[in-house]
Amino acid sequence: LPVPVELRNFSLYRRLSRTCRFNSFCDLKILFLQVWFKLKMSQAEKLKQGQFTNPETPGYVGFANLPNQVHRKSVKKGFEFTLMVVGESGLGKSTLINSLFLTDLYPERVIPGAAEKIERTVQIEASTVEIEERGVKLRLTVVDTPGYGDAINSQDCFNTIIAYIDDQFERYLHDESGLNRRHIVDNRVHCCFYFISPLGHGLKPLDVQFMKAIHNKVNVVPVIAKADTLTLRERERLKRRILDEIDEHGIKIYHLPDAESDEDEDFKEQTRILKASIPFAVVGSNQQIEAKGKKVRGRLYPWGVVEVENPEHNDFLKLRTMLITHMQDLQEVTQDLHYENFRSERLKRGGRKGPEPEEMDKDIILQEKEAELRRMQEMIAKMQAQMQKQGDE
Amino acid sequence: MEEEKEVMEEREVKERVVEIEHPLPCLTESDTQGIIKGRDLFGYVGIEAVLDQMRRKTMKAGFEFNIMVVGQSGLGKSTLVNTLFKSKVSRKSCTPNYEEKISKTVQLQSVSHIIEEKGVKMKLTVVDTPGFGDQINNENCWEPIVKYVNEQYEKYLKEELNVNRKRRIPDTRVHCCVYFLPATGHWLRPIDVEFMRRLGKIVSIVPVIAKADTLTLEERLEFKQRIRQDLQANGIRVYPQNEYDEDTEDRILNDKIRENIPFAVVGTDKEHQVNGNKVLGRKTKWGIIEVENVAHCEFAHLRDLLIRSHLQDLKDVTHNIHYETYRVKRLNESNANGQALSPLNRENGTLEKSDAESHL
Repeated sequence: LPVPVELRNFSLYRRLSRTCRFNSFCDLKILFLQVWFKLKMSQAEKLKQGQFTNPETPGYVGFANLPNQVHRKSVKKGFEFTLMVVGESGLGKSTLINSLFLTDLYPERVIPGAAEKIERTVQIEASTVEIEERGVKLRLTVVDTPGYGDAINSQDCFNTIIAYIDDQFERYLHDESGLNRRHIVDNRVHCCFYFISPLGHGLKPLDVQFMKAIHNKVNVVPVIAKADTLTLRERERLKRRILDEIDEHGIKIYHLPDAESDEDEDFKEQTRILKASIPFAVVGSNQQIEAKGKKVRGRLYPWGVVEVENPEHNDFLKLRTMLITHMQDLQEVTQDLHYENFRSERLKRGGRKGPEPEEMDKDIILQEKEAELRRMQEMIAKMQAQMQKQGDE
Repeated sequence: MEEEKEVMEEREVKERVVEIEHPLPCLTESDTQGIIKGRDLFGYVGIEAVLDQMRRKTMKAGFEFNIMVVGQSGLGKSTLVNTLFKSKVSRKSCTPNYEEKISKTVQLQSVSHIIEEKGVKMKLTVVDTPGFGDQINNENCWEPIVKYVNEQYEKYLKEELNVNRKRRIPDTRVHCCVYFLPATGHWLRPIDVEFMRRLGKIVSIVPVIAKADTLTLEERLEFKQRIRQDLQANGIRVYPQNEYDEDTEDRILNDKIRENIPFAVVGTDKEHQVNGNKVLGRKTKWGIIEVENVAHCEFAHLRDLLIRSHLQDLKDVTHNIHYETYRVKRLNESNANGQALSPLNRENGTLEKSDAESHL
């Protein structure tokens, strides 16, 4: 297989092999591939198993092989995923990201002191890492938001974040409407993990305001951080409280899609369990501790060891499963829902810098929209003509 | 002859020594208090009897202690106060719908209880503060608390300046303020710095790390060190303050405490069985966190500091230092205005004018 352009950077390759350990990530990646495969299969017609291998069977056309081809192509191309983490400082965001992807995303991290924090505004830091596992490449971008919620007056702290999200959409829109659409880099934020503090009685006003500001732009997944502070009962109570408050304020968090009826029972059961555990209460750690004779990732306390990958201790595994099996779905929702919303808003506003045309008559709006559509179609036709000319030359 | 003299001298010395030791058993009996035998007067005055008298008087009168708990909502302040005094003294236990919702405090509430132990009565007042720091804009959220503290000083001052004052002025001044820091593991947050800076000037602050069961031991040590650095860098003085150490003994004791603040505490009012004993603790899937086990958390140190060793010291510091500072400031203000005691203006508190005028 020819090595794709992105991987000709050999130093990246070396970094990959050094920083990534793929032990338990593997199984879930395989699961992801299986699920993805199934989804693609159910789109095509289902033929019996034997007909794949026997081309002489009457009535066999052969397009059942399509998913394999798609699979191969996607594997070659690699996947892109952008994850944003938002939350107050000290909630364990960086530790959780490192635990999820088994890497060290912040090797030279300096945690600023209180005096520096007072003057700081929210900043956006995006770090990209390419992870490879069994030939499948994932280009993961983690967008961190240090300084969120730190200042005494956090009134405007999320404007920077919203501006960033909009900016990524804008860039994608611009690329999509551009001439050369082959290598559009998708930096849109596909998922946002919002970290909720476990100390407290539910959502704070800042949490509510922030989630309401971005729930129409990005998939919001609420996560309860540092869940080892809570006993089981407190955890249940807090989860219920948070879900109630989310309903009360009308916040649209990301909902896992229901398993289709033709999926197998295990998958349906898994989806059901995942849905019941939102918001996930997680504990992150990358330290290996000896517990009961085996090495586990966890946190060592004088009174016991909290195991990160133990489903009875916390929901880390569930969060990881959700992220992996639904990575494709997250991307699709971002593309089909949030991006389309943004695009229509944007195009509606278009070149007009005036106030929102809500006072104008509906017909006039319709007419304007049609005019815009016609203009865009003309532009596209022109561009196609140009490309054809270039192709001929 | 010389030998005889020496022996006689020795005997005299011995007798004297013996006599001095004698009076002790006599005086502890309450009947013989007034009766001082002739030979007991030699070398012994009886000053130490004062301690007994004091003890008896204070036991009759009882103690007063006012403690204020400050911190973000959800840090376990009320639970900790209940654990400290082993009784349900916080507002959480006094509200009717205790089990349903752990309701948030909205205004400053003070709850008083009289608790008794071995004949010693203590009137304990717990001032619970609203969960500040929850709003989006937290500027000036410390004002209600600062105002409350100053109001208590003002009340005491007015009583003191009164012409006909009561024998025992009711003391509602805040003796100790326990400030709860969330266990983030990084540094002090700006809001904590601001709060402690303002409160530290008017009241004795004891910072504690709340819900410390989220930090491992190394993280705890690192966090404490960073907090101490931050406190020093910002000029925040917490109890016990260096300047008020009276002698070396005090200094040694307080130095040990200063090396360990802020204490990392965990509070609970539930009991569980551990190795056949009933202990106060939090039960989780990975173990039971025992509150009174010094290997697990530092609750015992905090309790010793607040109640067993430094309670009287806290009251003294409040009376001699913080209250005096306030008094001097207020009297200077009124001197500058040329009146006996000017009415308290809006910034410091909200005493009505009639109150002030009646004392002029």
